[in-house]
Amino acid sequence: MLKQMEGSRAVAEAVAMCRPEVICAYPISPQTHIVEALGEMVKDGTLSPCEFINVESEFAAMSVAIGSSAAGARSYTATASQGLLFMAEAVYNASGLGLPIVMTVANRAIGAPINIWNDHSDALSQRDSGWLQLFAETNQEALDLHIQAFRLAEELSLPVMVCMDGFILTHAYERVDMPTQAQVDAYLPKYVPRQMLDPGEPVSIGAMVGPEAFMEVRYLAHAKQMEALELIPSYAAEFKSVFGRDSGGLTHTYRTEDAETIIVAMGSVLGTIKDVIDEMRDAGHKIGVLGITLFRPFPLARVRESLQGAKRVVVLEKSMAVGLGGILSTNVRMALSGLHMHGYTVIAGLGGRAITKKSLHGLFRQAEQDALEPLTFLDLDWNMVNKQLEREKAHRRSGPVAENLLRDVGVVAARNY
Amino acid sequence: MSFQPVKFYQTGTFTVGNRLLPPEERSVQASTKRFNSINSGHRACQGCGEALGARYAIDAAMEATDGQVIAANATGCLEVFSTPYPETSWQIPWIHSLFGNTAAVATGIAAALKVKGLTQTPRTRVVAQGGDGGTTDIGFGCLSGMFERNDDVLYICYDNGGYMNTGVQRSSATPPAARTATTMAVGPAPGNVFGQGKFLPAIAMAHEIPYVATATVADLRDLEAKVRRAMEFRGARYIHILVPCPLGWGTASHDTIKMARLAKETGIFPVFEAEHGEIKSVLAIRRPLPVEDYLRPQKRYAHLFGKTPAVETIAHIQALADKNIRKYGLQARKGDH
Repeated sequence: MLKQMEGSRAVAEAVAMCRPEVICAYPISPQTHIVEALGEMVKDGTLSPCEFINVESEFAAMSVAIGSSAAGARSYTATASQGLLFMAEAVYNASGLGLPIVMTVANRAIGAPINIWNDHSDALSQRDSGWLQLFAETNQEALDLHIQAFRLAEELSLPVMVCMDGFILTHAYERVDMPTQAQVDAYLPKYVPRQMLDPGEPVSIGAMVGPEAFMEVRYLAHAKQMEALELIPSYAAEFKSVFGRDSGGLTHTYRTEDAETIIVAMGSVLGTIKDVIDEMRDAGHKIGVLGITLFRPFPLARVRESLQGAKRVVVLEKSMAVGLGGILSTNVRMALSGLHMHGYTVIAGLGGRAITKKSLHGLFRQAEQDALEPLTFLDLDWNMVNKQLEREKAHRRSGPVAENLLRDVGVVAARNY
Repeated sequence: MSFQPVKFYQTGTFTVGNRLLPPEERSVQASTKRFNSINSGHRACQGCGEALGARYAIDAAMEATDGQVIAANATGCLEVFSTPYPETSWQIPWIHSLFGNTAAVATGIAAALKVKGLTQTPRTRVVAQGGDGGTTDIGFGCLSGMFERNDDVLYICYDNGGYMNTGVQRSSATPPAARTATTMAVGPAPGNVFGQGKFLPAIAMAHEIPYVATATVADLRDLEAKVRRAMEFRGARYIHILVPCPLGWGTASHDTIKMARLAKETGIFPVFEAEHGEIKSVLAIRRPLPVEDYLRPQKRYAHLFGKTPAVETIAHIQALADKNIRKYGLQARKGDH
């Protein structure tokens, strides 16, 4: 049924239709609306049986989910940013134990400086945690991916992170096609755990493993993620047959046929990029975009296949590997190893910096002329940066960087990007 | 399953159930039908107080629930010595996740049991357990959260006063003056600092949870009774067991029970139980012993008994023990028995 609703609400309703049995909640912007909505559904009885637990930290949120999942309950939580970092030890533990927890990450920057706005630093910091990571482009895809995520997690006995851009998606009111409970029930079978804490059949879970088997346990985690590369396209196809729309999968291409320049990106910025590509195509530019839906496991073969006909690849990402460049671009480069083409990394939109069509037009035209630096920071204010560098040269005690820059900027609302 | 006859070696102590008692009054461990939740063959040190405490506590919980216990375990000695897989000692469903999250994992298990059983009072019960480091330090946030939500979990802390698994470092349960690898017996004030540390049972009581108790491995019948009592409540419960550590304390393996008894008889470690934040009973001390009796056999206090004994430090520890006796009313009155 078509509805006009907030992204968080749409995700909450989709998660509720997946019949989670334990939900743990700890507030952090911008994921709060999701668990608030779910909590209300549990309290008024519309989502039952389900235990909704207000925990004291994100570390506890993931730990409660570990316990409930190990005891055989379908378990869900949501977090963002600092919350994801605070639970990091338990994030790795959940995947190491092979527990099919589903977690929404409402992507947000990581401090310091503290910043509540969107980028992908949080989720990508956990890229090697052993979780599958899906990135939603729209609110429709976000809600659809959650339904697929439970299926995927439980089939593989691995946890899945569904990433959606904080505020840009979570707080946006958009039209979504809300599935029916019958559709979800038809698509998502009952959870049958591979391992379970059960007095009738006692097992020890989480024992110490030494050098004699640790490598093999870790290899199997990798091998299982690789299985997802096969499962995800088939689940997406099945999803289409039940729900009648394309959602999920490994990647999405847009106007990449005969493209000489292909942009690679993840998440909601794909919408803006597509608009720019439409305009550039109208003006005769051979340009297209590859959207990455599945970041872990990284679909190397699919990415290579999608990009190998191009002359140049521009990876535009909302994340950054300090001291190296990009995170997504490093992964894309691995897919392209051995191919001779121009590759550019563009860091954009950190901490909620708007990525405008105007900036993208300029950027893509520069790329087409191979006039881009290998590593570009989109719309970086060089005056601000240079001023601080000069200040540091002039004074030993130059003070806190972020506060200096804010003083230089003045009133934030007065600026236009 | 056939039961092996149990051999009782000890006499003159309360360690193993008294065979002179009628069967219904005997200890859980005295029964050939005890659960052996943590089975023999594990790799604890000789004389390990924690292994003993865990054995009594978990078997008592199993008995109280007719074998329906799931355990969550913090990282630490108990976890390491019991599960060098495939040689797990656990005959019950058991999970180890992390060092600092055991109470939260237990909350999750309890929640799953409710929702799977479609009841607020599931038959299967959850016990969480950890050492003092995993409980009073790194696991404290999760533990306090579990307490205040009153989740249906019995949390058992086996307190040996330090991080013994990593090589005897100080925790917030390490007593004053004790030497550890991070409170070295050097300088003008050797050993652990006075005026630091926390007594978690009191903090548990401040949460006004249904049941809080302390126990030692010297009074194992008392420990069993407290576990049994704890299982009569729903909601958060906490039992703090003093478990001497021969390695960390520098005591003889055969003195574990003796050291635990001395801790209680000197007032160093108050043994009591509390319900909903109020103390309900204490294990009285008939004739309080001087703390020196407790301190002297332990190498972690050896610096107090050198050529020039640290009289003031010992007096300070005595004052703390005396305060416990006053505060918890531990001195037996005439007619008490």
